[in-house]
Amino acid sequence: MANVIEGLRYSESHEWVKVEGNVAVIGVSDFAQKEMGAITYVDAPEVGDEFEKGEEFGALESVKAASDLFCPLSGKVVEVNEALEDAPELINEDAFANWIIKVEMSDPSEVDTLLDAAGYKAITE
Amino acid sequence: MKYYDKLIFELSKKGRTGYTLPGGNVDAPALPATLCRQSDLHLPEVSEVDVVRHYTNLSQMNFGVDTGFYPLGSCTMKYNPKINEEIAAMPEFAGLHPLQKNLPGVKAVYEGMDRSLAAITGMAHFTFKPCAGAHGELTGLMIMREYHLRRGDLARTKIIVPDSAHGTNPASAAVCGLEVVEVKSNADGLVDVESLKPLLGPDIAGIMMTNPNTLGLFESEIKEIASLIHGCGGLLYYDGANMNPLLGVVRPGDMGFDIMHLNLHKTFSTPHGGGGPGSGPVGVKKELAEIADSVCVSGFNGNFGVILRAYAYILMLGKENVKLAGPLATLGANYIKESLKDAFKLPIQRVCKHEFVFDGLVDDGSSTGKPGATTLDVAKRLLDFGFHAPTIYFPLLFHQALMIEPTETESKETLDAFIDIMHKIAKEAAADPDILHGAPHNAPIGRPDETTAARNPILKFFDEQCAS
Amino acid sequence: MPKFPYFPHTDEDIKQMLEKAGMSSLEDLYSDVPSDFIYRGEYDLPEAKSEQEVRDFFAGLAGKNPKLKVFAGCGAYDHYTPSVIPYITSRSEFLTAYTPYQPEISQGTLRYIFEYQSMICALTGMDVSNASMYDGPTAAAEAVRMAVTSVRKKNAVLISETLLPQVRKVVETYAKYYGTQIRYIKEEDGQTSLASLKEGIAAGDVAGILVPSVNMYGIIEDHTGFADTVHEQKALYMVYCDPSVLAVVRTPGEWGADVAVGDGQPLGIPLCYGGPYVGFMACRMEHVRKLPGRIVGETRDSEGKRCFVLTLQAREQHIRREKATSNICSNESLMALWVTVYASLMGPEGLKEVNAKSYANAHKLYYALMKTGRFESKSALPFLKEFALKPKGITPEALHKALEDRGFFAAIPAGDGFVTFCATEKRSDEDIESLINAVEEVMK
Repeated sequence: MANVIEGLRYSESHEWVKVEGNVAVIGVSDFAQKEMGAITYVDAPEVGDEFEKGEEFGALESVKAASDLFCPLSGKVVEVNEALEDAPELINEDAFANWIIKVEMSDPSEVDTLLDAAGYKAITE
Repeated sequence: MKYYDKLIFELSKKGRTGYTLPGGNVDAPALPATLCRQSDLHLPEVSEVDVVRHYTNLSQMNFGVDTGFYPLGSCTMKYNPKINEEIAAMPEFAGLHPLQKNLPGVKAVYEGMDRSLAAITGMAHFTFKPCAGAHGELTGLMIMREYHLRRGDLARTKIIVPDSAHGTNPASAAVCGLEVVEVKSNADGLVDVESLKPLLGPDIAGIMMTNPNTLGLFESEIKEIASLIHGCGGLLYYDGANMNPLLGVVRPGDMGFDIMHLNLHKTFSTPHGGGGPGSGPVGVKKELAEIADSVCVSGFNGNFGVILRAYAYILMLGKENVKLAGPLATLGANYIKESLKDAFKLPIQRVCKHEFVFDGLVDDGSSTGKPGATTLDVAKRLLDFGFHAPTIYFPLLFHQALMIEPTETESKETLDAFIDIMHKIAKEAAADPDILHGAPHNAPIGRPDETTAARNPILKFFDEQCAS
Repeated sequence: MPKFPYFPHTDEDIKQMLEKAGMSSLEDLYSDVPSDFIYRGEYDLPEAKSEQEVRDFFAGLAGKNPKLKVFAGCGAYDHYTPSVIPYITSRSEFLTAYTPYQPEISQGTLRYIFEYQSMICALTGMDVSNASMYDGPTAAAEAVRMAVTSVRKKNAVLISETLLPQVRKVVETYAKYYGTQIRYIKEEDGQTSLASLKEGIAAGDVAGILVPSVNMYGIIEDHTGFADTVHEQKALYMVYCDPSVLAVVRTPGEWGADVAVGDGQPLGIPLCYGGPYVGFMACRMEHVRKLPGRIVGETRDSEGKRCFVLTLQAREQHIRREKATSNICSNESLMALWVTVYASLMGPEGLKEVNAKSYANAHKLYYALMKTGRFESKSALPFLKEFALKPKGITPEALHKALEDRGFFAAIPAGDGFVTFCATEKRSDEDIESLINAVEEVMK
């Protein structure tokens, strides 16, 4: 059974969001990492790249599959988790501890459009 | 097959030579220093014997059509006649420079192939520039776009591709600057005509279809599909990867297709060479012939050596035997399907064409309490018995897809032996799936660690000597 | 059943197989095909021939082609093919295998591709090579697409006027439909102009440049200043090269390039009227995820044995479909083996010697032709095995035709009144002298 953490917000495309002031910390859910299997590469954007809500910002790769990542909120990338470059398996180890990007939100009200833990649990069951 | 663990670089010893050249010593080119290579060139220094033994040893870890049955779905691994090789190696062909013009013998080969392929497919004209199937798809789509552009119809930027299509179809469309619109398959595994209708409009350049499709099923509603696509102003592209069952029976041109490619390395018996060279000539209807010749997608004249081989095959086949190629390929597939459907799940019960798809084992052995045997396990276990595996996990419509294509060059005895082994594997799986999990047991290597290969890529030979 | 050696079925076999399939005739297998699509006419093909007749037929066609001494290059070079190569590449375990999808029984193919990748890296000075592409021009077209997909929001690529015409043409074709803007870097005194490059890249929309190492006139280009100019704009510096000459000529890696592409044909592949050849494509490690085509990597099997697999496949069409780095599937694997065996036999010394002899032959021809006083040189810049001259008092086409009538394929029209000649190590002193005599006869 995939883990879902209370207090985080979720997108239907399986990203999680933790709001810290006007910055959104973004990763993929435990459900998504389990579906992918052993992750071999995280294709992350560069600091300074800007994305609209729902726009593709990168991808996860496994040996036989690739899964696009969609930005749950609009904004500018302010930090990228560089540890994932050499150790993509960290996401398999703990998908919530290992965020992918931090985004400075251009419209914090978009947070309200995301699912809460219960709502996300419902779509992954 | 036995394991051999050398790389040619590891046989290298400074001062050893594998070549001779005519004439005496010549001084190195007198070039300005800035234009000269600065670093040492780390190629192996080996003798001719070293080279011959090394590559002979490597070859013995390989499985080809000449080794045994190769039922790889969608790849049409038919026998590669040896006369073809002899023709392609004739020095009067192999020594010709690609820009040479006045070559009556070469002209006759291209014209003869054009005429033969047109007769077989019902198209008017072929261009031979594309070097492989996917290259043919791209060329065909360029022709389609050019046709619309020349008519001043600039809005047709979308292409319809069924969800069961080969991965090259959407990829070729993207490289050609077209947006892919997916059309769903119905419960019978065919293009769902009702889902197709709402996609049609003035922005549709055309549709790419494989018929029979990747499930090996004939798209029976092709007539209606063709009239719908033509009705909205689009063109029909035929992916010739699955042409083999129609060889000598049905002509894509008659079904309403406007543009198509053929894989000479599938339908026309040229060897796959471990992944090429192929040849992907593109055929078109008469009104597109001039455009087809104008689209320049490769350096010279296409893979002439492959075209020669295919022409030799067509001449051997002749007008009589061509009529049997497709039916015998189709017969073999249906024979295997009916013989194995007790042990493997057959999701669509219908007559198939050259290939068909199982969706895993009927009894995967999970009732033993151990994890069940998957399609991957079945594939790996087949290697132990001297068969190549079928195509696995494609098409994506089923989770445990196992796609089998026998071709017309395999005897009933070969098919029976394969059927027996597949039954044996199914029984093993039901009794103890671990036998399959550990397979292959007697190939040169066991299952490789592909995750580590992707996480920490080692993509070239590297040793201390080279590093300095 | 007619007798045919590639169909093993007897009438009895067919009967039994049909029975199992629940059918009574071969026609029943097509019951799902609308009957008006079944082709009932006679195919407009010749009657089946015996193997002997097929051999005679092709020998007859082959004999109709005039046999010319090749003194032409233009992207296809007549180097010697050691007899070991066709012997190895015709081993049916290599020849009749498919793409190595089952690594456990494809270690032969996977190992030679790994060796091939290593050799392409050694020659070009790049970090990583793919498993091969169709030919040089298509590899160039893929590189151009790689540039615009790697560099965000820039959609133009600058290519040099001095690239081989077929390279320019294929690049333009791919770019037209993909929607990439191609602009030209001008030629100056026979090579790519740095000033024109600087001017073109200043527009700010350039994702990459493609320039030749040795160009269509045979001139070895001096790329001083190219790397800095291109990298200042965060664009990709891509070089089209002949891998054979890289044994002696400064490599793309040494010039600071990001991507190297070209055709492997000069590494011992016969001219064969243009194919099959083998395109190659190599790049710096940081761009590997954008590299199109198959890649082989080293790993270990379940027992710890060294082995090789297709890797980084998430870039490819069978997984990514329309988002793949390319649509390429079949490449030119057997021709990669061809190149690998060639480079193994020749080694570093052999390849240098091939270049030294080609250089000597080409220069001998060049000086003799210039001595006639009937030619003007394209440029005083250094060349290796190919050079361009402007004939005086005769058109390029007339000179070419006259030499063809005398048994030479030489003096290939190169535009602006120039023709190119090429001499490899295969041409003997007598060959060269007879060509010189023929030219003197034509132009006297």
